Amino acid sequence: EMEDKVTSPEKAEEAKLKARYPHLGQKPGGSDFLRKRLQKGQKYFDSGDYNMAKAKMKNKQLPTAAPDKTEVTGDHIPTPQDLPQRKPSLVASKLAG
Amino acid sequence: MIPGIGTLTQDTLWCFSQVKGTIEIGVTEADIISTVEFNHTGELLATGDKGGRVVIFQREQESKNQVHRRGEYNVYSTFQSHEPEFDYLKSLEIEEKINKIRWLPQQNAAYFLLSTNDKTVKLWKVSERDKRPEGYNLKDEEGRLRDPATITTLRVPVLRPMDLMVEATPRRVFANAHTYHINSISVNSDYETYMSADDLRINLWNFEITNQSFNIVDIKPANMEELTEVITAAEFHPHHCNSFVYSSSKGTIRLCDMRASALCDRHSKFFEEPEDPSNRSFFSEIISSISDVKFSHSGRYIMTRDYLTVKVWDLNMENRPIETYQVHDYLRSKLCSLYENDCIFDKFECVWNGSDSVIMTGSYNNFFRMFDRNTKRDVTLEASRENSKPRAILKPRKVCVGGKRRKDEISVDSLDFSKKILHTAWHPSENIIAVAATNNLYIFQDKVN
Repeated sequence: EMEDKVTSPEKAEEAKLKARYPHLGQKPGGSDFLRKRLQKGQKYFDSGDYNMAKAKMKNKQLPTAAPDKTEVTGDHIPTPQDLPQRKPSLVASKLAG
Repeated sequence: MIPGIGTLTQDTLWCFSQVKGTIEIGVTEADIISTVEFNHTGELLATGDKGGRVVIFQREQESKNQVHRRGEYNVYSTFQSHEPEFDYLKSLEIEEKINKIRWLPQQNAAYFLLSTNDKTVKLWKVSERDKRPEGYNLKDEEGRLRDPATITTLRVPVLRPMDLMVEATPRRVFANAHTYHINSISVNSDYETYMSADDLRINLWNFEITNQSFNIVDIKPANMEELTEVITAAEFHPHHCNSFVYSSSKGTIRLCDMRASALCDRHSKFFEEPEDPSNRSFFSEIISSISDVKFSHSGRYIMTRDYLTVKVWDLNMENRPIETYQVHDYLRSKLCSLYENDCIFDKFECVWNGSDSVIMTGSYNNFFRMFDRNTKRDVTLEASRENSKPRAILKPRKVCVGGKRRKDEISVDSLDFSKKILHTAWHPSENIIAVAATNNLYIFQDKVN
């Protein structure tokens, strides 16, 4: 009934939603909706794509190799002192600060 | 503070005690707190965050000189529990976010907790070292082992005190048992087993065995097109090691008995509130989805949280809850925009106080709500830096629904929906609460007279 729609705020909100998205399915709890929920998480093309995305995020933290270290490769067997320091990629929680 | 006496009368005043974390304009996502949990004595308070880190706070000993100041919580240990992984088969990232932390009851000097992300549960041991052995004559000054033939005296090392060191070590890793995302872990009262629940399955583990787990609930349909509901939370009964409950996205709770069969697909009890079909709307099922289920300490009741309410159920009555509390019913007229901005899918948790007389849950705008089951009084409080003077009393807040707004009320349209309090914890025996407000942890205590 028209009166019910006016008095129930929930039904009024539903009408608003359907007006904005006329193609919205009837049942939001349907299997499509739930299966999308089960899939949550960002999908990548492959592990290379994933590692590139991670590297981009840590761009600021990546160490740049000093010029004199470039002769490490190919010329002689490197020792641990020759390799650039791996910066710790994990930062401590600010709650512990 | 007399344990067991916890009522929210007009005499209970909550005061600011501490806040942890930084004030930042742009919150780093890794710093968002994703779980908060006191241990069984309340001596320790653990937090987990989206960056996979765990921080444990310890309550300092109350000094006899300062009776009026209750023990504060200081950092005890912090460690990286989980790291991001890549699922090669599905090309999906596995987040390092800590979904839940659960403490084991203390059985020796060390502390043990379970922490989990979406896929892997880990058992961590947190132990103290305050002595170290000194006086070995087995190595030379450069640390190289001496030739045993050159050692002519027998030197017994002596234990000497050292600065307290707290170490966290992963003792067990329980991996590869969940196809879907883990939403709950629960330690059994037998202290030998625990369960982990994902969207469709619940597994039972023995703490000693990491390469096997028993599947005790499986609601995955043979044909995924027939999927109608998912598991949202699960918990063991606090005293009966054979019983557990799990909640669903359809607003129902099932109590299962592991003695009945190996696979508990058939419930012992089924809790569902009848719905008036004329009230049904597009949003009905979404807002009825239960985001948290918790047994009372007594084991007689369960509390469930859905989007707009908290309900208390008596285990002996399946057809409806015995109590229903409105958390923020004014949001009913905002459901359309809350659906569009995804807030309608926010998962709020709920907690009992030590005596099961008061329940607490979070809301938006950094508000959190407490309901006294005996007096039927409720209060809305706010976790904010503006009320963070030591021992400042928190003023009750009020949301104005329509019409005239009083001076210190806030209107529904002014609420900040990005400030959500999803995770809270209540000390097991005292009126001390921990409230996670995005990247800050607030600790409040009741006023000591």
